[in-house]
Amino acid sequence: MQKQHMQMRINGEPCEFWVEPNTLLMNLLRNEMELTGTKYGCGTGQCGGCTVLVNGEPVLSCLTLALAVDGADILTIEGVAAPDGTLDPIQEAFLDTAAIQCGYCTPGMVLMAKALLNKNPSPSEDQIREHIKGNLCRCTGYHRIVQAIKSCGE
Amino acid sequence: MKTYPVEIKVNGEWQTAEVTARDTLLDLLRDRFGAFEVKNGCAQGDCGACTVILDHKAVNACLTLALQANGKNVTTLKGVGTPDHPHPLQQSFVEHGAIQCGFCTPGMVVSAKALLDNNPEPTRNEIREGISGNLCRCTGYNKIVEAIEDASLKREE
Amino acid sequence: MTTTEYIKPGDLSDLHHLMEEYKGRATVVAGGTNLIPEMRNGEKAPELLIDISDMAALSFIRENNGSIAIGAATTIAEMAASPVLLDNSPILASAAKQLGNPLTRNRATLGGNLANASPCADTAPPLLALDASVEILSPGGKTRQVSLSKFFHGYKFTDLAKGEILTGITFPKPNDSTKGSHTKIGLRNAASICVASIAVALDMEGKTCRKARVAAGSVAPIPMRAYRVEKLLEGKEINAALLEECMAVVKEEISPISDIRGSLEYRSYVTAMILKRNIKRALKQEI
Repeated sequence: MQKQHMQMRINGEPCEFWVEPNTLLMNLLRNEMELTGTKYGCGTGQCGGCTVLVNGEPVLSCLTLALAVDGADILTIEGVAAPDGTLDPIQEAFLDTAAIQCGYCTPGMVLMAKALLNKNPSPSEDQIREHIKGNLCRCTGYHRIVQAIKSCGE
Repeated sequence: MKTYPVEIKVNGEWQTAEVTARDTLLDLLRDRFGAFEVKNGCAQGDCGACTVILDHKAVNACLTLALQANGKNVTTLKGVGTPDHPHPLQQSFVEHGAIQCGFCTPGMVVSAKALLDNNPEPTRNEIREGISGNLCRCTGYNKIVEAIEDASLKREE
Repeated sequence: MTTTEYIKPGDLSDLHHLMEEYKGRATVVAGGTNLIPEMRNGEKAPELLIDISDMAALSFIRENNGSIAIGAATTIAEMAASPVLLDNSPILASAAKQLGNPLTRNRATLGGNLANASPCADTAPPLLALDASVEILSPGGKTRQVSLSKFFHGYKFTDLAKGEILTGITFPKPNDSTKGSHTKIGLRNAASICVASIAVALDMEGKTCRKARVAAGSVAPIPMRAYRVEKLLEGKEINAALLEECMAVVKEEISPISDIRGSLEYRSYVTAMILKRNIKRALKQEI
């Protein structure tokens, strides 16, 4: 397969790649960029573990071809904290509420929360639950994740 | 069922109850004394979720008859430390991310306390041996071992 | 549900009286690590529990007059940590250390381990290799001694008559020329029912074996002595060829079964392997 050129910004850094057309964004991030915070949970778009933000919108990177996001701004979990390591308030909230057990769903959950709060600074519990419907958690029962996100509201 | 009076010092406070000969210490602690931090994981001494310290020795509460604890001291997780005054072990478990679902944690911390009371500077192997009666299905034990090791070092400071 | 009664005798004379009074209707409990799960699952429904867990008179590890005595209510943890056992009979301390887990070892007792008489009883093979005898208390205050090699009659069936209590064990203090080694095979490093075990105690004169005691666990209905292996070793210089013979003979002496923890073939194979390994370890030489 012939490789094609593309470029994008990942966590604020301009990057360029030569990719085969069937390269998934998830694999590009994990294998080429070694940004393994984005998880390969199911590979079929059902678990939400691969969630990243593309131009601020949540996207399932296991169902997205890399070439399809040529020119876009990508935010992965590694880009959520500040460059000096200061945690985002959402991350602090997850820690304070003990909303993390095994941690596998957490990157996706945090990014979904970020996308939601950017649009709706004060979501209700129902709105939060609706928003994270596509992100599965096998550990926590969701209650604390919802609480954590709610606590970030104004 | 014939019952007998029993008197046990739980976390420093004397408590009394009427028990049958078959009631276990686990039954008594949870059902009568409200010590829900002592977990019922298997009720047959395999999982360690019910670990308490009985007069200086870490034991399975599910394998101790309530009457066998009569007149003795029992320490549960709440006797190890409190939210206001956590034991270095409790602090360390939190800092090291050694807690996921939390079910093994009370028994694990109590076992760890008994271990450090007898062996203040255990090697990693000694730690693993010391907690070998406490099963954890979540963490894979690594962070638990690190947390205990760290707490043992902090005790020295 | 039948009621269960409970009595905690203060001392041995209380215990004598209770045994006389209840003559076999009572179940003795110490650590309860076998009994309590059996009571919970309905296997046992004792009428009366006699609790000897705190009886100081039955809780000791003593060296006197060339023999070592251990009380029945001594916990397995105490045995594993005992300087007397670590110095004199490390194979027994080794087996104690590998029984159950630290929590159960704090409650489980020597008496319970032997009286329960599981073929997998961890303390039995080393005690057999140490030529231990069991002390038994009968109603009426009579005592008797039985060699441990004659104590186990069949699967979970001992020489104890109804109303009798195992009060302790004794064994001759091993001399300096006795070399021992013990291995327990289990599916895990802890909390593991024995799959196969071997304990050896060899009285050596240079390279020649004067007296051999070889015991195996979990490979027969009872903890057993491997008498034919012992005869093979005694009076001989131990070398590689002899070890191969011993391995072949032990496979004939044991009668393992297949169960959830292992197959008959595996148990047979591994028992022979650890026999060789333990003899070599005991002698600490390259053969």
